[in-house]
Parts: sequence; C-alpha cells; structure tokens
Amino acid sequence: MALVKLNTPIDEATIRSLNVGDTVSITGRLYTGRDAVHHRIHTGTKPPVDLAGQIIYHCGPVMVKEGDAWVCKAAGPTTSSREEPYEHEVIRDYGIRGVIGKGGMGPLTLAACKEYGAVYLHAIGGAAQVCAASIKRVDGVDWLDLGSPEAIWHLWVEDFMAIVTMDAHGRSLHQQVFEESKARLAALKSV
Amino acid sequence: MTATAPLHEVQPQSALFESILELIRRTSTQLPDDVVRAVTDARNDEEKGSNADVALDVIGCNIVLARDSSLPLCQDTGTILFYVHTPAAYDQLTFEEVATDAVRAATKKGYLRQNSVDSVTGKNTGDNTGPGSPVFHFHQWRETYVEVKLMLKGGGCENMNAQYSLPHPDLGGRDLKGVENAILDSVLQAQGQGCGPGILGVCIGGDRATGYSFAKEQLLRTMDEASDDPELAALEERVVEKANQSGIGPMGFGGKTTLLACKIGKLNRLPASFFVSIAYMCWAFRRRGANLDMQGNVTEWLY
Repeated sequence: MALVKLNTPIDEATIRSLNVGDTVSITGRLYTGRDAVHHRIHTGTKPPVDLAGQIIYHCGPVMVKEGDAWVCKAAGPTTSSREEPYEHEVIRDYGIRGVIGKGGMGPLTLAACKEYGAVYLHAIGGAAQVCAASIKRVDGVDWLDLGSPEAIWHLWVEDFMAIVTMDAHGRSLHQQVFEESKARLAALKSV
Repeated sequence: MTATAPLHEVQPQSALFESILELIRRTSTQLPDDVVRAVTDARNDEEKGSNADVALDVIGCNIVLARDSSLPLCQDTGTILFYVHTPAAYDQLTFEEVATDAVRAATKKGYLRQNSVDSVTGKNTGDNTGPGSPVFHFHQWRETYVEVKLMLKGGGCENMNAQYSLPHPDLGGRDLKGVENAILDSVLQAQGQGCGPGILGVCIGGDRATGYSFAKEQLLRTMDEASDDPELAALEERVVEKANQSGIGPMGFGGKTTLLACKIGKLNRLPASFFVSIAYMCWAFRRRGANLDMQGNVTEWLY
C-alpha cells in the first residue's frame, strides 16, 4: 500500500500503476456526476465538459448560492452501484481515468477499468465535511436543470483522499470482501 | 392540561418554528453522543493503519468538523422523519405546517439538501417538501407536553433496507433462527453500501408496511438500550457478534466493525405471514429530539 499523489487530468500509465489498497491524494478538477447525469449520457447526450483523463465524482453536494458564487456546504460520496449499468460506457467513450464514490461497482465497470485504464476510488461515505474541506473552489456547474444534487459541478480540490478499491489489473476489494464474508457468515449460520 | 394555546395562530418565526429549525440544525450537524461513543470505541478494535482504521479516523474527524462548523455531517440529509407525541387536544395540523416551514428554511440555510424529487418527472421541488416529504408520525399521549424526535435517514442506507418472508429455502423457518439468518443475509448483501458500520432496526412480524415502519422506529432507542424481551435482547447481541465476524468492516473495506448495534422489536402478524423487516442505518445516524411546552419552546433536548 502506498500514498500516491495524483493531479488531474491523469495519464493512463499513472492509473495502471495503482493497486487495490493504495491511498491517493488528488489535486485538480473533479466533476460530479450521478444518476441523472449518467442516464442522460447513456441516452445519447454528449457531456458538456471534456472528460478525457478526468475523474467523475459520484456526489450530490449541498450547494448554497452566496452572492454570485456557489459555496459547497457538504460533499461526500454517494452509492456508486447505481451507475453500474452506465459507467463502463462513460469510461470507454469519454476516457475518464477514475471514478470516486462509495460501496464499489460491479463486473462491467471492473472490466472497463482493465480494458481502458481506469480505477475506482473509494471515499469515506458520510464524511461530507472531510471531503468538503478538500474542495477549494466551485468553478462552474452544468445541467442544473437536473436539480442541484444531480448537476455536474466543477470542483477544484486539493489533497482529496480516497482509497483504490478497484484497479486496472482486474482486482476488486469489494468482490474479495464479499466472497470472504459470504463464506464466514455461511459458517456462522444458525441451523 | 389541554392544548389551550392558540396554535392555529402560530406564524413562522414562532417559538415552535424556531425550535423545529434548531432541532433540524442539531440533527443534521451533531451526531448524538451515544453514537459518537460507539463509533469512537469501534476504532480500538481495528488494526492500526488498516483501511478500516483510516475509515474510522476520517469518520471521527468528520463528526468534529460538522459539529464545529455547524454543517451537515453527510450531504445526503435523507428522508426527514418526524416522530411526534402530543396531548390529545393538541393541533397537529398546525404543527405539521410550522414544521414544514422550518424544513423549507433549513433547506435554504443548507442544513438540508434539496432532496424531494417527483418520482416520475424527476423534478426537484427545491425545498424538501412535496407528497411524502417531510414524513410525520403523530401519536397522542396523556402527557401535558409535546415530544418531537427527528431522524434523517440517507438514501444510501435506505436502499439497503430489506424485507424477508419466512420460511425461506436458504435462510430457514418461522423461528428466531430463521430471523437471525435473514438479518445476517441483509448484512451480507449490504456490504459497505449502506455506509457501515451500521445500526439495524428490525421488526419481526406486522404486515409489509407496518413492519418497515416499526423497524425504523426501533432506531429511536439509544445505542445501549437492549430489548425488554430477553429472547430478543439475546438475538440483538448475537446478530452484532456474528456480523462483526463477517469481516465486512467499516465501508466494506474489511475489518472487525460491521455493525455498531441491532435493535429488534416485534408486532403481531397474520397466521399466514411472517415478515422480517430490516432498516439499515449508516454510521451517520442522525436522530435527535426535544420536549416542547405548549407554546413550542424547548424544555429539554433529548439524546
């Protein structure tokens, strides 16, 4: 396990050097995108920003407008499994190098991470203030018609921490923990 | 004493409005002490430097940051659930109107996220109101004051709720063994997706609707409040002990802390039905409460 500093946009070689268990510290742009954004891209609308080399953050932040500026009041990760039907297409078609979320994703995403060079990064679910503390600016927003939690927020982060739980080598911590816990609980079953 | 106060004349900015707004602020930003203790103690069980240890460390920092900056612990401020006990003659309609106004105000202030979406059009109402939001559970009682408890339950953990119908081919029959296996299966299926370490509210029995509702109400019990029923109290302990041997751990990273508590209640059922309903609560277990006098002033904070 290592602590790796990442700056967005990220190149493929850097992403392929990461391993499950590594901690990353990200500085640069993050774009939020969750259910409605993924569905809209899936149904054929091109994203309004260039996602090549970028990271999508599964997050519906609390945003408040103070004067002309948006201020981020809370911004932890949301459950990623809801994007499982779509994320592999976004990785394939738009060249994202990473996804930040919580709870992990399934086999379609894992295969896309391996094929195209991307990783799944796990932030700490519920830790909205720790995450928000790394968000230094809100530089813009797209698709606000989807509602504030579902919009694409352009965040600028410094030292945003996350743990690699699915890497570009086909390994998934989630798959591993599921299999192990299933076996352990089977042994503990009341009969 | 009866509800003689002219509550129908209560306007926003009234004592009741201010009390509910403050209750929302506290609930969204300050984790109750009993939950903080449980989360803090859990860290001692995890291997230093492990992902589980890191997760619990970040959670600990987050609890302090949210409290000190008066900002939401979690950006998903969840379903807004009010549990209210009122004297018999109390005007519950006015309470509902004023509390709903307080919810709107809390949303504007950023204590609550804009979280109420039309289920077909996807349109966000922007102020957390709309059909089914916020949720009010009113009960009358013979006390002379109002008790209001508020729970904010995020979507991540709500999605991990589960309901089983026994007998079940893999999990067992209509007995406490079957119940135990069903509860542990829900923990297995949830993995880290409900933002564990989690707290379970469970209802044995009822119909499908009352079962889920009563399961959630179990979460109003404090962390150390065991069931009055010795058999259920033993089951609560057994579930936590076994879940914590599963190795799922905080956030599903692997580790020793999968559940912080399990609270089980029971309702009578039809002879034909046997439901086990499980409400999974995340570590960001936001529930607070207050006792109010008839004018809406807080006389005591709960939890």
